[in-house]
Amino acid sequence: MEKLLVSPNPHIHAPVSTKTLMRDVIIALIPAVICSFVFYGWREILVMAVSVASCVLLEWAITKYMLRKPSTIGDLSAVITGILLALNLPYTTPWWVVMIGAVVAIGVAKMTFGGIGQNIWNPALVGRVFLLVSFPTYMTTWGTPQGVVDAVSGPTPLGAIQEGLMQGASVQELTSAFNYKDLLFANLGGSAGEACALALLAGFVYLCCRKVIKPWITLSIFGTVALTSLIFWGIDPSRFTDPLFNLLTGSLVLGACFMATDYVTSPMSLWGGVIFGVGIGFLTMMIRYFGSYPEGVSFAILIMNSVVPLLNMWFHQKKFGRK
Amino acid sequence: MKEDRTMSKFKLLTDGLVKNNPTFVLLLGMCPTLATTTSAINGLSMGLATLFVLVLSNMAISLIAPVVPDKVHIPVYIVVIATFVTLLQFLMQAYTPAMYETLGLFIPLIVVNCIVLGRAEAFANKHGVGESALDGIGVGLGFTCSLTVLGLVREILGSGSAFGWSFTGGADGMLAFVMAPGAFLCLGYLMVLFNKFLKKNS
Repeated sequence: MEKLLVSPNPHIHAPVSTKTLMRDVIIALIPAVICSFVFYGWREILVMAVSVASCVLLEWAITKYMLRKPSTIGDLSAVITGILLALNLPYTTPWWVVMIGAVVAIGVAKMTFGGIGQNIWNPALVGRVFLLVSFPTYMTTWGTPQGVVDAVSGPTPLGAIQEGLMQGASVQELTSAFNYKDLLFANLGGSAGEACALALLAGFVYLCCRKVIKPWITLSIFGTVALTSLIFWGIDPSRFTDPLFNLLTGSLVLGACFMATDYVTSPMSLWGGVIFGVGIGFLTMMIRYFGSYPEGVSFAILIMNSVVPLLNMWFHQKKFGRK
Repeated sequence: MKEDRTMSKFKLLTDGLVKNNPTFVLLLGMCPTLATTTSAINGLSMGLATLFVLVLSNMAISLIAPVVPDKVHIPVYIVVIATFVTLLQFLMQAYTPAMYETLGLFIPLIVVNCIVLGRAEAFANKHGVGESALDGIGVGLGFTCSLTVLGLVREILGSGSAFGWSFTGGADGMLAFVMAPGAFLCLGYLMVLFNKFLKKNS
């Protein structure tokens, strides 16, 4: 900041910097992180520690030894990438798989493009999708939350439904196994961040109140998911799951609140953000209903990330005084 | 004078390998590069197959170029290249049936490989037989080496083996590297390394 040139007018200095914004995001993630620790026990703490430590160390090493620039780890964005990556993995993931995910997230998705502000895709999601494609066995062995007791692996709700549908069962029979209170307050198999939707929503409300993020992207994702699944569910309730189930399962809440709203990889304007959110919601539902993977939030966000430069071009901010 | 000519002949060979490397510098022939390099052996055989066609078509085209009317030169070149590709196809089917099965569609696709037609257009129709052959060998070797290296890196990361010899004791590698995204990733990073190496040495 000292290098900034001094210009003649008196200026008001706002205390907001990348660091303070990122600190707020970390505060907002704390409830979800604590929930994941409570539900999944010490192995989740291990995954989280390995993920954050390797993301930060890697960014430091790359800036110091490869780019030879001042280190950017002080802005805390690598910490967030690490937390989000850990929340996107099942807690049974071996530590070396987590490290590979961190290498892909920071090394490939972020630093190759030039570090913070330059990356096209959300680093944590790139890491997760890479692991999902590379290590399908580790990435789809979900433990059900058992606290510190030995884990039993079980399918995620979405996975169970996809499996059941293939065997010819109807959606009503399958969804009756889950009640919505469980979905909202956790106790289901899945990635660590899917543990408790309520904790994630609390973080989202905090971020909106602190004006760190604008709510429209998240809300348009929720709206589109609800609307799309309402239409399909209305047409054939025995083949398609209902809106509430779709809103609460999978990593939709985590993705919509924390991944899609990432500053660097989301559109800047209001309408750009709305279209971005609608695209994510619609693609997610299409992948869930018709795709070969049971869950599609991460793919949907990455696909829409690639459209962001275009959206920024179409809906760029009107200059002051222009019509 | 004589020394000068041997120097330039040597340069013909090495240009295709390094300075005009078809894969890492010119970015030609991306389709077989990305699709067939799932393992080092596959990359090597694809490279050698292209080398075979490239050398023969370069020589043939340099011989017939003076008598081919300019208006129809591209169709004529394609027919020449297709002839050698068909020849190669039959040879591979007869002597290396397993490799023929693995590479499948990509063998006939050598006809439309832009490296082959590119060398015919840019080099062989203006030079003699010997020089065209050397150029074909240089560029073909450049292509073969690049494909082998790319295939080796993808095989090591993706299947935990090198030239079919497994060193991880049966454990799986990172599957993404065997699939298309890994091909793009590896190609990109190898290109970075190659260009860094080139810059340092020039």
